[in-house]
Amino acid sequence: MRPSWRMRTACGRRAGDTLFDSRLALGNFPSTFEIKRVGSNSVEAFEKLKLLSRATLAFIFKEGVIVAADSRASMGGYISSQSVKKIIEINPYMLGTMAGGAADCQFWHRNLGIKCRLHELANKRRISVTGASKLLSNILYSYRGMGLSVGTMIAGWDEKGPGLYYVDSEGGRLKGTRFSVGSGSPYAYGVLDNGYRFDMTVEEAAELARRAIYHATFRDGASGGVASVYYVGPDGWKKMSGDDVGELHYKYYPVVPTPIEQEMVDAPAA
Amino acid sequence: MALRGDWVYENNGGTCVAIAGSDYCVIAADTRLSVGYSIYTRDYSKICKLADKCVLATSGFQGDMKALQKNLAARHLIYQHQHNKQMGCPVMAQHLSNTLYYKRFFPYYTFNILGGLDSDGKGCVFTYDAVGSYERVGYSAQGTGAGLIIPVLDNQLKSPSPLLLPAKDAVTPLSEVEAVDLLKDVFASATERDIYTGDKVEIVVINASGIRQELMELRKD
Repeated sequence: MRPSWRMRTACGRRAGDTLFDSRLALGNFPSTFEIKRVGSNSVEAFEKLKLLSRATLAFIFKEGVIVAADSRASMGGYISSQSVKKIIEINPYMLGTMAGGAADCQFWHRNLGIKCRLHELANKRRISVTGASKLLSNILYSYRGMGLSVGTMIAGWDEKGPGLYYVDSEGGRLKGTRFSVGSGSPYAYGVLDNGYRFDMTVEEAAELARRAIYHATFRDGASGGVASVYYVGPDGWKKMSGDDVGELHYKYYPVVPTPIEQEMVDAPAA
Repeated sequence: MALRGDWVYENNGGTCVAIAGSDYCVIAADTRLSVGYSIYTRDYSKICKLADKCVLATSGFQGDMKALQKNLAARHLIYQHQHNKQMGCPVMAQHLSNTLYYKRFFPYYTFNILGGLDSDGKGCVFTYDAVGSYERVGYSAQGTGAGLIIPVLDNQLKSPSPLLLPAKDAVTPLSEVEAVDLLKDVFASATERDIYTGDKVEIVVINASGIRQELMELRKD
C-alpha cells in the first residue's frame, strides 16, 4: 500500500500565516504551487523538505500487532538523518508509523495523541483504534490537495482486540491485517508475505518483521539506519528491538571465506 | 533575487553548527550575510539567546529568522508570566516545531538548530527542517556549509543511535575545550570551500555556570 506521495511544497501566496486560517479561506488560495527548479541553490534546498524515505510495516497475528520501521530521512539525495523515530507512541496502547513528510507526520501524530487524550477525558474510556484512525483520516481529508504528505499506519489494542489501519494524506483509510508503506515496501512485502503465518509466537513475528525491514534497507537506497520493532499486546506496546541494519547484515549473512578455485602463483623465473 | 514575481524568499547563506556534551553545549554560526554573489555585511549574528539555557542558531532567510526570533521571544515571555519559570530546552524545542508547522503553507525559510541544557544539565541539540520536523541529536550542522561539515562531525563524533535497544547515550564524550576546538577547525575548513561562509564565527558555550561567547576570525574572501 504505497501512498502516491507527490513532493510539492505548498507555498501560499497569501500573507495569511496560521495553518487554520489558510485552511478556511479557500477562496483565492492556490493550494499548491510548484516551485520551478530555477537558478540558485536556495530554491532547490527549500524544495527538499525533509522526507521520510521509508520502509515501515505492520501486521496483525494471533498474539497482537507487530510494527516495524527503518530510521532514515532524506532530503533529495542527501541523507539528513539516520536516527529518525518513525514509530510514534500515541499513547501506551497505540502506535503510529511515519512515512512521507517528516514534519507533517510528527505534527499530526502529536495532534492525534492530544485528541485521543481529550476523548478519554470526555468519555471516561479509551478511544478505539477505529476511532483514532478515523479522527486522523478526517483531518487529513480536510487538507486534501494542499500538499500534505502522510502515509501512516495506526496500530493498537482496544476492546475488540488488535487493530490496524492505514491512513494517508489523500484521505484514504483502510482496515487490514498486513501493510507495508514506503519506497522499501515492495521488498518488505516479499519477505513478509512469504514468512507470515497467523499463529506465530511473538519472537517469531518480531524476527520476521526485523528481517523484512532489513531486506528493504538492503535493496532500497532510501531506507536504512536502525530497524526498530515494536509489539502491541493486550497490555500495551513494548519495544522489542532496535538494531543497526549494517550489523544485521553480518549477523544474517556472515562472511565466509570463499573457496579459491585457481590460485595465482608467480611465474617461475626463466 | 526574485526570478519570479511571487518568489518572496532569499537565501542569505551561512552555516550553523552545534555539539552537545555531557554537561555543556556549544553552538556556533558564521557572521556573513550574503545575497547572491554580494556580501551585505560581515558582522551579522545568527545566534539568538531565547532562554537561560537555550540558544537558537538559524541559517536561511534572515528576514524570517528575525520574525521567528521575535515570535519565540514573545511567547517565552508569556510562558514566564504564566508558569513563573524559564522555558527548558526540550519545551522550547517542541514549541519551535509547532511555530514552524503553523506556517506549513507559507513556511519560514529557516534551518534551525536549538542548543542548550536539559533539566538534568546534559547538553542537548535539536535540529529542524523548514517546516518543523525535529529530532534530538548529539550534533548537527545546517546551512550552506552543512554538507561540508557534517561528514567531518560524523567521523569525529559519530554516536550510537538513540533508537538502538539496549539504549546508548547520544552525547559526545569530548570535553568542552575539545569540542570548541573541533568547531573552530570545522568552520575554517568550511570557509575554504563554501563561498557563503566566512568572515567570523561566533561560538556560544552553555554550561552549568552560564553562557559564554567568543568570536574567531575566518577568511574574508
